[in-house]
Amino acid sequence: MKKTLLSLSNLTKQFDGKTVLDSLNLDIYDGEFITLLGPSGCGKTTLLRLMAGFEHPDAGAITLSGDDLTGTPPEHRPLNTVFQHYALFPHMSVFDNVAYGLKMEKRPKEEIRERVGEALAMVQLQDYMRRKPHQLSGGQQQRVAIARAVVKRPRLLLLDEPLSALDYKLRRTMQVELKRLQRELGITFVFVTHDQEEALSMSDRVVVLKDGVVQQLGTPREVYERPANLFTARFVGETNFFPGEVESIHDGSITVDVFGLKRTLRRPDFPVQQGQPLHVLLRPEDIRVLDPADEQGVAGKIVERNYKGSTLDSVIHLEDGTEVLASEFFDEDDPAFDYRLGEPVKVSWVDGWEWLLPEEADEPVHEDALTDA
Amino acid sequence: MPSITRQPFRTAVLVLVWGWLLFLVLAPNLLVVGASVMTRDPGTFISLPLNLDAYRQLFDALYLEVFLHSLYMAAMTTLVCLLIGYPFAWALSKLGKQRQLLLIFFLIVPFWTNSLVRTYALKMLLATNGLINSALMGLGWIDEPVQMLYTEGAVIIGLVYLLLPFMILPLYSVFDDLRQELLLASHDLGAGRFATFIHVIVPLTLPGVLAGVMLVLLPAMGLFFVPDILGGSRNLLVGNVIKNQFLDARNWPFGAAASIVLTITMAILMLAHRVSKQRIGEEGTG
Repeated sequence: MKKTLLSLSNLTKQFDGKTVLDSLNLDIYDGEFITLLGPSGCGKTTLLRLMAGFEHPDAGAITLSGDDLTGTPPEHRPLNTVFQHYALFPHMSVFDNVAYGLKMEKRPKEEIRERVGEALAMVQLQDYMRRKPHQLSGGQQQRVAIARAVVKRPRLLLLDEPLSALDYKLRRTMQVELKRLQRELGITFVFVTHDQEEALSMSDRVVVLKDGVVQQLGTPREVYERPANLFTARFVGETNFFPGEVESIHDGSITVDVFGLKRTLRRPDFPVQQGQPLHVLLRPEDIRVLDPADEQGVAGKIVERNYKGSTLDSVIHLEDGTEVLASEFFDEDDPAFDYRLGEPVKVSWVDGWEWLLPEEADEPVHEDALTDA
Repeated sequence: MPSITRQPFRTAVLVLVWGWLLFLVLAPNLLVVGASVMTRDPGTFISLPLNLDAYRQLFDALYLEVFLHSLYMAAMTTLVCLLIGYPFAWALSKLGKQRQLLLIFFLIVPFWTNSLVRTYALKMLLATNGLINSALMGLGWIDEPVQMLYTEGAVIIGLVYLLLPFMILPLYSVFDDLRQELLLASHDLGAGRFATFIHVIVPLTLPGVLAGVMLVLLPAMGLFFVPDILGGSRNLLVGNVIKNQFLDARNWPFGAAASIVLTITMAILMLAHRVSKQRIGEEGTG
């Protein structure tokens, strides 16, 4: 049984009458790496600021191991923040930046020196103590910001899109480094990002947020493979949505009509009725591209092919105009495997690899604006 | 990329700038330096031989006292400007952009009126039978007029009134650049409001304080017409000494020496300002 460290209950926050968080509940476990994921404006940063104490909720409570923190000012909360733009004090050296929190605790000089040294060694910056922040690269500033936040040994570390200002390669390195730090320190990390790849690769659990409401809370695998709704399916990774209609219902399985194909699929958790329309979700890597002569599958033609190194990603137009994304791994037996543009193919999948979701009243399936970010 | 066709423009600009600096800044200042080391001459104002009498005269007890009193009044003016300007600039930077612009506009409007005229206006307010005394007597708070004009206080009020915008504007600029994230980071690391003020806000706004001090302290020692109108004969500024030496006493070397001392004070302050900015670093205020 996991122990709850920070508990958010019924948190509500409005700005100028606009609801940013709507009675949100969330329990954060001791020692976990949890990520708040969502598009900009979903409330993830507000949630983090409420935890840090920079904002106060209009309603609801925040408790840390049972102690009410809701009205506690940030300087008295046993948690620290790594800011998006690092927020290093420009007039202080690296040493003084990291020592700041300990000086505020009025620790003895000797202890401060020792702990700052340790924290800087942890991020491999012990040789940069005398430098000023403006003499460091972006990645180094990021490390100082992390050292400054962990030197106080907080119960919880809040990270507000800490990697968004770094270039791609450095970001990958820092992702690995953050994971290592989290393991070594055993501190609970609450990480905010809009980058779903980052969220999936780093987290123990992911909280998908939209309009201040939790859409899904689960492990990266659950969120990716079993999205709770259309928003999560669309926001986390690429997804093909096929329209289906329930033909008949059996024990543990249902027969669904997809593009005229009768497929027997696993019966979903939500209630189904005969004739009910539903969405059949397939990740690009679950799509099988077959020979046009194959009896299985839906006919279409290749309209785009992108060589991605380890995979060949293609876009297939079905006869009714539906666009299908497929991502296939290169086969050792056939290294020259490729498609011609316009080449006729058939599209199918292995039964059981799909994921079914019911229709949602106010959720248009194909809205490109929501799929990026 | 600099193209060949743009070179003439570049050359023209450089000649203009250097010409300006050479003939209108460097040359006049050299003339002042020259005058300060020459001998007073009733006929031609200055003559040879070269000597340092003028500088020696500055240390004369009488003038030293005038200097110190002038420095004291200028320092008080600067302090009052700082005490009003610092919270004003801080509050200003917290307002919405529209309001900020409006208030800065109001701050600048008085510049459109000649400062001499404004000083006379102040005189009418402070006079024995002026507006303030009349109002206070009308309200029955005082029985007889309070002597405000021709006091040290009147000079300081006049100087503050004229120079306050020069303190507020540089302070506003540093407060406007002060990133909220840094204050949040300070709180996050366990600092209360006071500790954050001392360790983060003050050091980061110090360049603005020094710039404001520079823009107020030096002019405050030079604005001779303010004591002339508001101060009476005892509250003189260095500016009055310089003016009197040139126009009344006809002692050009001494006037020049006094003005050079002012210039050197200014240079020292500018150096301090530079050092404080370097401490924060190039990206410090960005």
